[in-house]
Amino acid sequence: MNLHEYQAKALFAEYGMPVPTSRIANTPAEAREAAQALSTDRVVVKAQVHAGGRGKAGGVKLVDTPKEAEEYAESMLGTQLVTFQTDAKGQPVNTVLVEETCDIANEMYLGMVIDRATQRVVVMASTEGGMEIETVAHETPEKILKAELNPLVGVMPYQCRELAFGLGLKGAQIKQFSQLLGGLCKLFVEKDLALVEINPLVVTGSGDLICLDGKINIDGNALYRHADLEALRDKSQEDERELRASEWDLNYVALEGNIGCMVNGAGLAMATMDIIKLKGGQPANFLDVGGGATKERVAEALKIILSDPDVKGILVNIFGGIVRCDLIADGVMAAVAEVGIDIPVVVRLEGTMAAEGRKLLDDSDLALQSASDLGDAAEKIVATVAKASGASA
Amino acid sequence: MSVLINKNTKVICQGITGSQGTFHTEQAIAYGTQMVGGVTPGKGGSKHLDLPVFNTVRNAVDETGADATVIYVPAPFCKDSIIEAAESGVELIVCITEGIPTLDMLEARIAVEQNGVRLVGPNCPGVITPGECKIGIMPGAIHNAGKVGIVSRSGTLTYECVKQTSDLGYGQSTCIGIGGDPIPGTSFIDALALFADDPQTEAILMVGEIGGTAEEEAAEFIASNVKKPVAAYIAGVTAPPGKRMGHAGAIIAGGKGTADDKFAALGAAGVTITRSPAELGLAVKEATGW
Repeated sequence: MNLHEYQAKALFAEYGMPVPTSRIANTPAEAREAAQALSTDRVVVKAQVHAGGRGKAGGVKLVDTPKEAEEYAESMLGTQLVTFQTDAKGQPVNTVLVEETCDIANEMYLGMVIDRATQRVVVMASTEGGMEIETVAHETPEKILKAELNPLVGVMPYQCRELAFGLGLKGAQIKQFSQLLGGLCKLFVEKDLALVEINPLVVTGSGDLICLDGKINIDGNALYRHADLEALRDKSQEDERELRASEWDLNYVALEGNIGCMVNGAGLAMATMDIIKLKGGQPANFLDVGGGATKERVAEALKIILSDPDVKGILVNIFGGIVRCDLIADGVMAAVAEVGIDIPVVVRLEGTMAAEGRKLLDDSDLALQSASDLGDAAEKIVATVAKASGASA
Repeated sequence: MSVLINKNTKVICQGITGSQGTFHTEQAIAYGTQMVGGVTPGKGGSKHLDLPVFNTVRNAVDETGADATVIYVPAPFCKDSIIEAAESGVELIVCITEGIPTLDMLEARIAVEQNGVRLVGPNCPGVITPGECKIGIMPGAIHNAGKVGIVSRSGTLTYECVKQTSDLGYGQSTCIGIGGDPIPGTSFIDALALFADDPQTEAILMVGEIGGTAEEEAAEFIASNVKKPVAAYIAGVTAPPGKRMGHAGAIIAGGKGTADDKFAALGAAGVTITRSPAELGLAVKEATGW
């Protein structure tokens, strides 16, 4: 689960990390009041969306008066911000962060992530602040300093010092950095983060460190033990269909094609998308109905797929392990009858009770095609959809 | 021969009295797995499915001489269950549960490593040696004893491998589902090393997916250590960057972890790759010349 910048900074502050003084605003008037209340004349107004690249997309503005803050907030709030990280629709701006400015002497990067290669939490720091860390990693990997944390003892003071010296920090900054990183590591572990980035971490004109931006991603599997964090979830930033799917414990990801897929198992769901593409079609979604695919969930999954107006055909691919295929067939038929599908549906059932399931589908009056294997299923749905769109074009 | 488990493997189940534990223990017994007991704290001394139930894993191992344990405990309690198993004296822990917090797994893995135990999973279908021992949730009936070792990050896609290698008459030596999580107990390399040393395994079919660099590391390992034919498929060519595709581990981050990178690395290591999940069996055929 992603957090907004303002939420991340509130957590930073809670863990004793230095952040600029700021206020959030949900209306232009609140933005004006916020600018008035802050102690610097010049403030920065930042659109709060779950996406990077806000600056280049016009979502961040320096203003000199409360009136300008109000005007800019007016122009941003209620709009969709499109950045290079969002889709063409963009992300809704419902909140802006109004923040004091500081003079910037130097910009650095500080982040933490769970590194799968080393199986450790790793701290990454770089003198190349303000840039995408992936770009730095690609072009100048030697500029990324790393510290692996031992899960049993957490970050050690020597690791903080090592990174601080590596970043070229001096004097009191070494201690400041060590405190900041100590807080960050504590935050990472106590709140079950999957990723945190401070980009940039700034050295001010007076030589102090301050976290100018913040990005946090929380391990979704750990949310059950963090009710406080779960309350920070902003559903407006999530895809409507993905949100609906998550309420039914379905894993759904919207794509841009026209063949909807319903599959059991994440790997097989990806493989199904891949084979549709390989056979010349375009998958409209990833959808894993999971191991416990009941009739109700199968029906809901089909409804979610159908709510995408681009979908011109559906491929159902179930490899019944523990799940019985005859029950899945029942579910599909009930769903088709309930929802009233008028686009082609190809169903491939394999595994436990597959023959019985196929017979049920073949004997029904519904316009379902059954397929014998994965290749056959993909060919059938791609050909059918191509024919249908050819006829309507 | 096979790897990890065989007809002599004695298995206990942690969480045996729960609904998942009960169902899959019944299935395992029906398949012929030597289930010797189970663990549910507070129910020690009772019987379940005609098997003795113990309060602790250590009791269960001491009393039954179990070699392996399978965990069906809910995710919030798995760190504890895995560490308890690791310190009980079993050689193999198979954790089926999905949704375990990643930081819990980092800590659990330390205990697993310190005790020299093998952990398979979490978030996996388990391990099966066809005709001998089934530990996990896979449908036993589609498997046939044979000569292909299968290792995969995905459950149902493993079944696809099994079906296709069964259809071609090759059968499987052992199938290892290593699971879809970012911190797996057993890596591709671990599984490949086991298959490379197993006389029954004549070829290896490996199924990866987007996210992380485990497949690239496996490719390096294969190039220098595996003499047997290896075929591979990677799921997720069509996956968009930055989105989690069901499995917590399946996410393309910062341009790393793409299916194309993984195909390229495996191809360069001399692995026979297929881009079609309908041709997993055929890829083994091509790799081996059978």
